[in-house]
This record gives sequence, structure tokens and C-alpha cells, in this order.
Amino acid sequence: MRRDVFQAIADPTRRGIMSLLVDQPMTPNAIAEYFDSTRQAVSKHIKILAECGLLKQEFDGREILYHFNAKKMREVDQWLEPFRKSWESRFSKLDNVLKNIKSK
Amino acid sequence: MEKTQKFRIEKDLPNKKVTVTRYFDASPDKVWRAWTEAEYLDKWWGPEPWRAETKEMNFKPGGRWLYAMVGPEGQRHWSKVDFVAIETGKSFDAVDAFCDEDGRINPEFGETKWHNVFEKEGNGTKVTVHMQFATEAHMKQLLEMGFEQGFGMGLDQLEKLLSA
Repeated sequence: MRRDVFQAIADPTRRGIMSLLVDQPMTPNAIAEYFDSTRQAVSKHIKILAECGLLKQEFDGREILYHFNAKKMREVDQWLEPFRKSWESRFSKLDNVLKNIKSK
Repeated sequence: MEKTQKFRIEKDLPNKKVTVTRYFDASPDKVWRAWTEAEYLDKWWGPEPWRAETKEMNFKPGGRWLYAMVGPEGQRHWSKVDFVAIETGKSFDAVDAFCDEDGRINPEFGETKWHNVFEKEGNGTKVTVHMQFATEAHMKQLLEMGFEQGFGMGLDQLEKLLSA
């Protein structure tokens, strides 16, 4: 199932998980200790983040470590850049239009 | 002095909202007309190298603006803007969607809700455009379209780099 990345980062617990993992990779149990929610609830959040590519799994013997995938997060951010360029281009045209509009 | 803070984009990606703010060195009356009259919109709404071409404009609640974005090779992408609420000179609410040349909505794309606010600031006007996208997929499509419409030059340069 394809997860909605914006929905994924909307949740405060999931944002908390991501900021924990920015510093170091962690096991699901270690992550769960930082939150008041049940382990099951935390693993569900982890699963959602992993499904949309914001976390990556690494197998370390019998344990699973989760990493924060900064590349994916940057992709989300960069979507905005072309949008910005379009609006800049529009607005510089609008500046010229406004110079030529006569007052009523 | 305003120049430095003149253009701002704020994003609230989790809620699929983007807010664009821009200061214009012209009276609110002029800026309002530039945003609401087809004659002016056609001169600026298309980001380079595109231009907007109005087919119909009926600026009143329940009315619509039907226009094409015309590309450098003459390609046409149709859009329509349905006006929902208007407070003359101050703000208007609209719903924007892709469509065909008769205004029939293309269901592959979601609608975007707009809330545009015009405020006097110093000797000029501050415009705030609030956009609410329907889905993540739709938001992504629109941002990628920005790439196509506003970034043609960048692509050419990329091609050169790749073939070097």
C-alpha cells in the first residue's frame, strides 16, 4: 500500500520518532521507551513511516534498527522549489502589468 | 527595504496547505483588478515560457474563469476557476481544477481551494494566497507541473550536462 507521506509527517508522535532517529538508529523497543503510548501503538507509527520511505530498516543479528531517511525528507521539501520558480516568474510579470494599469 | 521580505512561501505539508505572500508596489485597487480582470490576468498568470489565454471570465460568486496555459509550442492546458465568494477589493475564494476547453473537469486531478487576501501595506499592497490541495498526489502533480512550466531553462542545462 502506498502511504501518504504528508499524512505520515502530520502526526506528532511520528515527528517525535523521526527526530529521535536523526541522531542515531534505534530498535523499536528503544524508540517505544521515549513515548507514553503502548509498544503496539509505537510500532504502528514506525510501520507507517517505513512504508512511505521516511525510515529505513537495518537488520543487526536478530534486531531491527530503524534509520531516519533524510533523503526522502529532502525530496518532500524540494517539491516546492519549481512551484516557487513559477510564482516568482508570474509575479515579476505582474509587477510590470501593475506599472501600466491606470488609476480609476 | 520591503524587497527583501517581498516574497514568501510557507508550507504546511501535513495539511496540504501552501501560503504564498507577496508585496506589490501598487494600490490595492490596481492589484485587485490585475487579479480579477481577464485582460490583465492574460498578461501575467502564465509563468515563463507559458502564457494564459482567457476563454471566459465571469468574476462573481457562481461564475468562472476558463483559460488555457499556452506553451511555447502552442500546447494548451485548460483550467477553470470557480468563484465561490467575493468581498470586493479585499478577498475572494475560488476552486481551481484542470478541465477541457469546455470546462469539463478532468477527474484525474483534484481541486485546489484558494483564499486570496488583498491588504494595504505602506504605499503598496500585500497579497496572501492560501492554497488547500485535495490530496498528496494532487499536490505533487501541481508542484511537478511548476517544474515543467517554470524550469524549462534548467532542464535544457541539465541535458547539456548529461550529454557532455
